[in-house]
Amino acid sequence: MTDDRLIILAPQDSVVVVRCGISKGETLIIGDVEIILGVAVSMGHKLALRSVGKGDPILKYGSPIGSATSDISVGEHVHLHNIKSDYTPTYALEGAQTEFEK
Amino acid sequence: MTMKGYLRQDGRKGIRNLVAVAYLVECAHHVAREIALPQREHAHVIGFPGCFPNEYAQSMMERLCTHPNVGAVMIVSLGCESFNRFKLEQFVRDSGRQVETLVIQKTGGTRSAIARGQAFVERAVEALSKAKTVPMTVSDLVIGTVCGGSDGTSGISGNPAAGRAFDRLVSEGAACIFEETGELIGCENIMAARAATPELAEVLRASVEKAAQYYATLGFGSFAVGNADGGLSTIEEKSMGAYAKSGTSPISGLIKPGDIPPTGGLYLMDVVPDGPVRFGFPNISDNAEIVEMMASGAHMTLFVTGRGSVVGSALAPVIKIAANPEMYGRLHEDMDVNAGRIMEGTATLDEIGTEIYDQVVAVAGGTQTKSEDLGHREFILTYKSFEPIGPACLPV
Repeated sequence: MTDDRLIILAPQDSVVVVRCGISKGETLIIGDVEIILGVAVSMGHKLALRSVGKGDPILKYGSPIGSATSDISVGEHVHLHNIKSDYTPTYALEGAQTEFEK
Repeated sequence: MTMKGYLRQDGRKGIRNLVAVAYLVECAHHVAREIALPQREHAHVIGFPGCFPNEYAQSMMERLCTHPNVGAVMIVSLGCESFNRFKLEQFVRDSGRQVETLVIQKTGGTRSAIARGQAFVERAVEALSKAKTVPMTVSDLVIGTVCGGSDGTSGISGNPAAGRAFDRLVSEGAACIFEETGELIGCENIMAARAATPELAEVLRASVEKAAQYYATLGFGSFAVGNADGGLSTIEEKSMGAYAKSGTSPISGLIKPGDIPPTGGLYLMDVVPDGPVRFGFPNISDNAEIVEMMASGAHMTLFVTGRGSVVGSALAPVIKIAANPEMYGRLHEDMDVNAGRIMEGTATLDEIGTEIYDQVVAVAGGTQTKSEDLGHREFILTYKSFEPIGPACLPV
């Protein structure tokens, strides 16, 4: 039973999408795992639905959207810091990462 | 709701009956704008800014001046530009439309050109207001879709909802066009699997590969800081969201700007120029994409926006679909559909898809969209070059 603030787009996905901003420290149910959110996330961002090993593909919409650059555990924020494109990493993306990590 | 259209000589039907005021070089833009101003509801300015010839621009202007929503054309030339005004005028005349060319250098300058142009437009608007209408159905429609200012909500709410509307429009015989191959990188295999024929599947794959190479030469991908702030991490993630606009219908064909879909069905428009990179960015802004779909006969465009675009278009109405509920709250005066309700859990994709479909029918029936009512008439056309499409591209 997944929290209704989260959207599962396809059953095989590695990530869920956040419907609205959720604060750091809140408790969430993802699949049948209860997690405490480590960082604040805003609408449209992704959390891991299942654990993913470094180098494994990340599935969203049932399709690969990139691969993991580190091991990712359930409920972790999935974004520029732990996944990368399998096509073209863009310069804009690098700049955005700096911005994001501030 | 019964739709009524304006029947054109080529069999297509318009949902509006406008005068196009077409300038052929930037130097004639001011005169064109002044000519249209007193009749701005019914006379829309379009044009090409360049002084040097371009086959693509010539054919785009021919297609746009004979768009089904256009009933008459005022061509405005400075007089010394390279654009072939004779060919354009003949093309419009052959389509059965009233047309007149005004050459500013031969007319005695700005003031007299504006006066003559305004007189033509006034007579044309008067004549068009008496035009008879014929019954029209969804199968007469060509509908385009774009997304602009995408964020992590676009691919979940607005784009798939537009896709649901596309599925229904296609099933009822409309021709639906999705585009921007540079934002389909990563989707080539699943997209190719939907192609009507194996040959078309190869063409679809090749179009995305061409886009990837083109962008690589330019040195940037179609991914901006705003996309990442909104939760998108990779180009293929952004692509998957954009791809959702296409719905689930089989893909009937691939067209290039200005190609008219020969039958109903779902078409991918390849907007990335052929050959070496010559004239810069494939699409310098969202309106360039809308213009290209209009040139292929799109009666209106579904525009999904997450961050919040306010644009409309000359000639063909734009239905604005807000993907993000927070943005809808700020910009609701500009938005026709609030797909952000999907994010909030207060509406389903199917419900918003139906709402978009109903809007398409209403707008085809004459209802003004928000951007249309606000007077948005954006238009942009720049230099490009294309090879003709190959034999595997169109349904047989």
